[in-house]
Amino acid sequence: MEEAAKLPDSLDSSDRRSFLKMSAGAAAAFGLTSLSFGSGQASAMGGDATMGVDLGSGDEGILNYAYALEQLEAAFYTQAVSTPYANMAAGEMQMLSDIRDHEIVHREFFKAALGSKAIAGLTPNFGKVKFNDRESVLKTAEAFENLGVSAYNGAGKLLKNGDYLLIAGKIVSVEARHAAAIGDLLKPRTDAFAPGALDGAKNPDAVLKAAGPFVMTKIMASSLPKSNGEDEK
Amino acid sequence: MNDRTAFEQIEPELLERITARPESLGKAASVLAGVASIPLALGVLSQAVFGEGLPDQIVDVLNFALTLEHIEDDFYRAAMSHSGLIPDSDKKVFETISKHESAHVKVLMGVLGSKAAAAPNVDPTAGGMFADVFSNYQTFLALSETFEDTGVRAYKGQAGNLMSSPKLLTAALRIHSVEARHACEVRRIRGDKGWIGGSSRGTLPAAAQATYDGEDNCMQGGVDLSKLPGVTSAAASEAFDEPLSKDQVLAIVKPFLRS
Repeated sequence: MEEAAKLPDSLDSSDRRSFLKMSAGAAAAFGLTSLSFGSGQASAMGGDATMGVDLGSGDEGILNYAYALEQLEAAFYTQAVSTPYANMAAGEMQMLSDIRDHEIVHREFFKAALGSKAIAGLTPNFGKVKFNDRESVLKTAEAFENLGVSAYNGAGKLLKNGDYLLIAGKIVSVEARHAAAIGDLLKPRTDAFAPGALDGAKNPDAVLKAAGPFVMTKIMASSLPKSNGEDEK
Repeated sequence: MNDRTAFEQIEPELLERITARPESLGKAASVLAGVASIPLALGVLSQAVFGEGLPDQIVDVLNFALTLEHIEDDFYRAAMSHSGLIPDSDKKVFETISKHESAHVKVLMGVLGSKAAAAPNVDPTAGGMFADVFSNYQTFLALSETFEDTGVRAYKGQAGNLMSSPKLLTAALRIHSVEARHACEVRRIRGDKGWIGGSSRGTLPAAAQATYDGEDNCMQGGVDLSKLPGVTSAAASEAFDEPLSKDQVLAIVKPFLRS
């Protein structure tokens, strides 16, 4: 059911890329979209995933931006849990399953809240991740979580509606908990759970650039609200 | 905006130097560089009067945050000074948290300048209720978890009050998520999950319950999370942390403040 998970490791990244493109189309055609396409429907609303998606403008644009990131995170953990690395400890399986479930809640929340304004499901590209390797999975997870934290922290000031800001705040602290837990798995009882006194805060452009290697779908963000300050990395 | 003028002067250079950031991490050296330069950064700060131009509402929010950070800072510094309290295996964790809380105090005092409220007189034993807080590691951990989870909810509850100042809002968010990291780590050291399930205080004493009340909320922006496809009610609750009002937080920390 999950096309990307079945790819042989021997495919190089360009082969994998075209293969994923094809398999994404095939998956959509057959309705086999459980890996990454929202709740399973590759909705035509907000654009076709193969043509790219436009996040839109205003607060809705920021919510779509968050929806895009949550889609990638949910897809990543879904695969990490369904194709676990060798000898994954029970506690690690539990943790990664919990995180997967949280990211699915976040993804489904944004999809429901955005309704007809929601972008289509994205096609992830995890070709660089070795899902059979603990270090590769956990380091990717850590990178995703830290990116997510800095994305929400940087997006707060771009929101006009205080209700949305509060919701972003409710989510970002859970992403930060994930980041800490993964950091602690990689380097137990060090400072890896919280590497700085202040977390990052990145603007959407910087975040989408960092996320770029993990997504096939072109994400257009040119209409998003612009910050009038510098990017606080 | 008045506060922007004041804050522009310390952004981005100052915060950049005060803080070590995950993006620039990867290397321990940059963390150390960030920490080592705090006194330098503060030297710059202490000569400037930043609080003067801040609107009253923002001063109130920042002083509320400062009071909470003072409680945490005092608590961890005292703990670090009690040799034998924290096992060697966990020392690095609490050294890190302690350093962060000190940095938060310094950042907030720096922004508030002359408007900074006086440091409170902190009583980590809460009038004797936790008399063994610095001799019994489990008591210390329980209070640590409670303070951190409370801190997360406190910052979250104030974000909306900082919307008029994008830079201060961002600074507060950058602290807020670090408190959540602390909370997760301490919870895991205590053997709990890093996230809050329902409104459960887990193995914490009943006195901690107010810190977890309301965390079971599953209605977000008009969406009932528990009804979403593929979502369990356990995950729905864990996936969103909830805010506390200033009054709720002050009621929680009141026993730890000597009047």
